[in-house]
Order: sequence, then structure tokens, then C-alpha cells
Amino acid sequence: MSSIEVVRRSTGGALAKSATGIEGLDTVTGGGLPRGRPTLVCGGAGCGKTLLAIEFLVHGAVRFGEPGVFLAFEETAEEVAANVRALGFDLADLVRRELLVVDYVHLEHSEIEETGGYDLEGLFIRLGYALDSIGARRVALDTIENLFGGLENEAVLRAELRRLFRWLKERQVTAVVTAERGDGTLTRHGLEEYVSDCVILLDHRVIGQIATRRLRVVKYRGSAHGTNEYPFLIDEGGLEVLPITAAGLDHTVSRERISTGIPDLDAMLGGSGYYRGSSILVSGTAGSGKSSVAAHFVAAACERGERCVYFSFEESQDQVVRNMASIGIDLERWLGQGTLVFRAARPSLDGLEGHLASMSRVVREVQPQVVVMDPIGTFLSVSESADVRGLLVRLLDLLKSRQITALLTNLASAVEGTLEQTDVGISSLTDTWLLLRDFELGGERNRGLYVLKSRGMAHSNQVREFLLTGHGIELVEVCLGGEGVLVGSARQAQQARERVDAAAREQDAGRRRRELELKRQAMEARIAAQRAELAMEQERLDRALDAESGDRARLAEDRAETTRSRQAGRTAAEPGPRSAP
Amino acid sequence: MKDPTAAPQDDPATPAPPGQGAPGYWDLRLYVAGQTPRSVAALANLRKICEEHLAGQYKIEIVDLMANPQLARSDQILAIPTLVRKLPPPVRKLIGDLSQTERVLVGLDFQPHH
Repeated sequence: MSSIEVVRRSTGGALAKSATGIEGLDTVTGGGLPRGRPTLVCGGAGCGKTLLAIEFLVHGAVRFGEPGVFLAFEETAEEVAANVRALGFDLADLVRRELLVVDYVHLEHSEIEETGGYDLEGLFIRLGYALDSIGARRVALDTIENLFGGLENEAVLRAELRRLFRWLKERQVTAVVTAERGDGTLTRHGLEEYVSDCVILLDHRVIGQIATRRLRVVKYRGSAHGTNEYPFLIDEGGLEVLPITAAGLDHTVSRERISTGIPDLDAMLGGSGYYRGSSILVSGTAGSGKSSVAAHFVAAACERGERCVYFSFEESQDQVVRNMASIGIDLERWLGQGTLVFRAARPSLDGLEGHLASMSRVVREVQPQVVVMDPIGTFLSVSESADVRGLLVRLLDLLKSRQITALLTNLASAVEGTLEQTDVGISSLTDTWLLLRDFELGGERNRGLYVLKSRGMAHSNQVREFLLTGHGIELVEVCLGGEGVLVGSARQAQQARERVDAAAREQDAGRRRRELELKRQAMEARIAAQRAELAMEQERLDRALDAESGDRARLAEDRAETTRSRQAGRTAAEPGPRSAP
Repeated sequence: MKDPTAAPQDDPATPAPPGQGAPGYWDLRLYVAGQTPRSVAALANLRKICEEHLAGQYKIEIVDLMANPQLARSDQILAIPTLVRKLPPPVRKLIGDLSQTERVLVGLDFQPHH
């Protein structure tokens, strides 16, 4: 990581660069075009060569204090100015302020007769004078190849072009030279032979009826540069390149948690909601309440005083505001205060990349803390190709690198069992994935919500039923029936059944208690009876014992009587034992 | 061309034209950049052709772009030397040292009766 930075810094020091001021292009080229050298910009018709050249000059003049000269070979100065006025560039004003010279070089083959040897010294003088008149540091030649159509003597022209580029280098001006794409070659007339320090290729192709623009740095002598094809767009703000490398996986993450706007959902997500700067995917079947979850989140963020951008790709602003008002979420208020910015457009409108790029532009301008894209699925429907996914990755990376929390909604297929598969393409990019689904049971459809995943937090594994009420989303306690989670009437029926069951159980318990009491009483009675019997037995025994002891006493008495009577019969001197018979 | 000044100058070797603005009057302007062999050759070639075909009916003005660089833009000059026929209309442009006489005559659109 740090070693790469060191390398970058050292190459940056070796080769001075002129920033183009075009968003993304300076990132891709590591700082801009080679300073004091010509750069070739080639591409087919309508691919944005002229615009790139003009932006290079305008930004140079306005932002970097480098006046410029635009030498137009195709269009008159008025046409050039009119073409870029719609993009917010006032060339006439820059010309008045002596920051720009626009010179139209008119050369029509049919109006010119060649009568012998010549050179293009007139062009040099003209350009030199324009450069000197405003102290220009930048030049754009658009499209100098047109000279090939105006002049017969190609050998002279080629020699003069070679001299021109050398001359531009000597004068230390940074130049952009545009050229038409050739058949199998970079340029139709082989300009790459003369301008070889930096070559940028622009491409405008149509895939699946969607036009996409691409930019590639073919060559950059003495500098590291991005070698990929980068999508770019032209919109009301000019040209913009979407660099992939701008965002990586090295962004710091926040540990701060922010509310989802739905207290019950906060509770499901470890008690405190989403992580700030994370990306959240809310997918679900049609009408399952995805937008409502998004609106809750937006309203909560606005309530906290954060700025939000809501990108709607299917509904207009009014429609969303009205619909959300029906569940008690007042978005109008935040729109009025400017904390919520709404952008509604169909992705197919100006090409997928174009749309994504304009979104990143809005994000940069508004600098929101929260971004909602509703629904993201329309992008995937526009094009299934892998680069669409790549673009989403880039956009999410951009948001993450800026600690912007992004909530995306996506329409999932209603086919049972595929809910979790349809989103696999983008689900891996998101940190928290909420799945909304319909339960069709007993002739009605009800909504359920569960947290499929949520990175870095303990989250509920329950499926909750959620209700859209006049005051927003309410998550209802789970109700488990014999067939799993019960929702809607089934849930109510189940709850009623449970109440009845509980009452029945209560009654049952009472009955059992009474039975037991009786049993206990019976038992006790039996015990009492046996105890009485035992007592009687005892008495009988006692009596018997008494009787026996009485007999023995009498016997003893009788014996004693007998003895006494015997002794009385003999002498008193004779002891008893002898008295025995 | 010996003394390039701030303003375009008439060719001193050409006699003053008799009837300026009259029909059939030729107003020619030769753009050069300093005194190069090619410029000198172009002027010589032009004089020769004019004397031959337009005696007394033409004016040659020489513009040195080294001295008047701003004129390159306003007069749409690219190649050097460039000869511009300002009169009679329409404006015509010839580039090169005017050594190919046939092409010069075609380019200037001379009428055959001259």
C-alpha cells in the first residue's frame, strides 16, 4: 500500500502533469495530461472528442489559471460556442476576459488552387500569435486531420504536422489533438505517429439498444495510468469519467449505528439499527413495502438533520410523496427544507453508465449522509452484463468511501424458493440484507420481514409480520402456528384459538384440581377408616393382653396360695424348695 | 518585403493602376512570411503572369505575416505563400509559389480574351 504510494509520488515528480479538470480523467491519468506535450484524443464521430478538448481548455482557464487556444477545423467559433453553451460553458465570456481564443480554420479544397511549393507557416504564425496574445499554456486542435481533406500535397502536410507538434513541445504548451478513429488504426491518417506521448481513445457503442461511452488511456509515456476501459458520460455538467480505481477496499468503516426509522427493526438489528456508511439491500416481491422501509429510513435521517438523496427509478417525486403520506411519512416537509433531494429518472433514459455517473455527480454536489436507490433492479433489467454489476460496485464504493449509508431496494422474483437467489448478483456487495416477502395464506396476502444477513452485528433470526398503518410500519410479534409463522387473519385466528385453548386449559386444570381434591379426600377417608380399624385392633389386643396378664396373676396367686397352704401343713423349719414334690 | 511595416504595402515594382474600381480591374494580395526563397519566387512568378495577361489592370499588395500576424486569422491564411484575388469577385485563393503557371491561370480564372 505505502510502497505503491511511494512509487506514484516519484513518477508524479518525474513527469509534470496538467489537470484536465474533468472528473475521473485526472484520476485515471494520475493527475492529468503530460504538461508541455501534445496528447492525442481519438474516437469515432460523436464520441465526445471536441467536448473533452473544450473542457480541457475551459477548466484550464477558469480553475488552473492557464489560458488556452482552441483551433477549430470543423466548426466555426460560433458553432463551437453554441454547442457547449448547453453544458454551461460560456466561451464568449472567456474570450472577452482574454482567457480563451477560439479560431476557426477554414479550408475548403474546392476553393483553393495549389500552384507550387508551400508550407503551413501561416498556421504557425496564426497559432503563435493567438498563444502570445493571451499568454496561453494550453492548445486544442480539433480536428487537425481535416487538413488532409483540404490540401492535396500529403507529403508537405505530414512534414508540417511533424514540425507543428515539435514546435508545440518547444513552446511548452500542453496540447490536445483530436483525431477521427481509423479502420483498424487509432486515427484515420496515422497521427499517432506524431503524437505519441499520450493517447486517449474514446468509444461510443451500443449494446442492447443502450448507448455506452468508454474511455481508455492507450498510452502514457513515462507515467503509470489506468489501463481499463472506463465508462464516461456527457450530461448537463459536461464530461465525466467513472474511475474504478478511485475507490477500493481501504475505506475506514464507522462503528456508529443509525436508526432504521422503525424501532422494531432497530431492535431486530442488534437493538440500534444499521451501521453508518454501510450498504443495505431491501429486496422483496412486488408491493411488499420496500419503498416504505426506504422512506422510513430517509425520514429518520432527515429528522437527525442529515442530508438525503432519494433516487427513484420508477416513480415520480409527487407519487412517492403522496404514497408515503398515506402511511404517515411526511417527505414534503424535508423536501421543502432542502434536507431531502429527490431525483427521478428511468435508467434507460440516457444509458446505464450515464445514469450511474450522473448519480455520483449528484452525490458529490449534495454531499448527503444517506442515499436511497429505489429500485436498483431496473438497472439489472436494462442490462444483464457483468459491467453493470461492476458499475454498481463502483457506485457503492464511492458511497462507502464517503461514509454515506446507502439503501437499495430490489424487486425479487415472486417464485417460491428463488427469493434469495435473484439478488445474489448484488447481495454480496451489501452489508445488511432485509428480505420482505408476502405470505399467501387463507385467501389473503400479508407481509413479512426478516434479516437475511447483517454484517458485524447480532441480529434477529425471526420472521416478523409487518403492517403498513396510517402511522408507518409496525412489526408485529411473531406468531407460530402448526405450519410455521402465521400472519394476517391466520395469525388473528391462531391467537383467538390460543385464547380459547388457554381458557379450556384453565377449565381443565380446575377440573383436575377438583378431582385431585376429591381423591385426596377419599384417600384421607380411607386412611381415617384404616386408622380406626387399627385402633380397634389395638384395643382388642390390649384387652386380650390384659386378660392374659390377669390369668397369670391369678395363677401366681393360686400357686402362692397353694404353697402357703402346704407350709402351714408341715413345719415352719422346712424351706420351700424341699417342699417341691 | 525589404522593410516589413505594420501595414500591408503595395508592390513598389508594379505601376500604379489607371482606373481603380473599373470593371476588369484586378486586386491581388500575396501573403508571405518573411523573405524566404519561396516568397521571392512567388512574387516574381506573379509579376510575370500579371504583366503578361493584365498589363495596367492590376494591383499587387504584399502582406508579411511576420509583421502582421493578426491578419493570418482574419484573412484565413494557412499556407505560405497564399495569393488572394480580392477583385474581381468572387474571392479566390491560390497557395504555393505560383510556379505552375497553368494552375495559376485556372486559379485566377483569367478570361481568354486578355
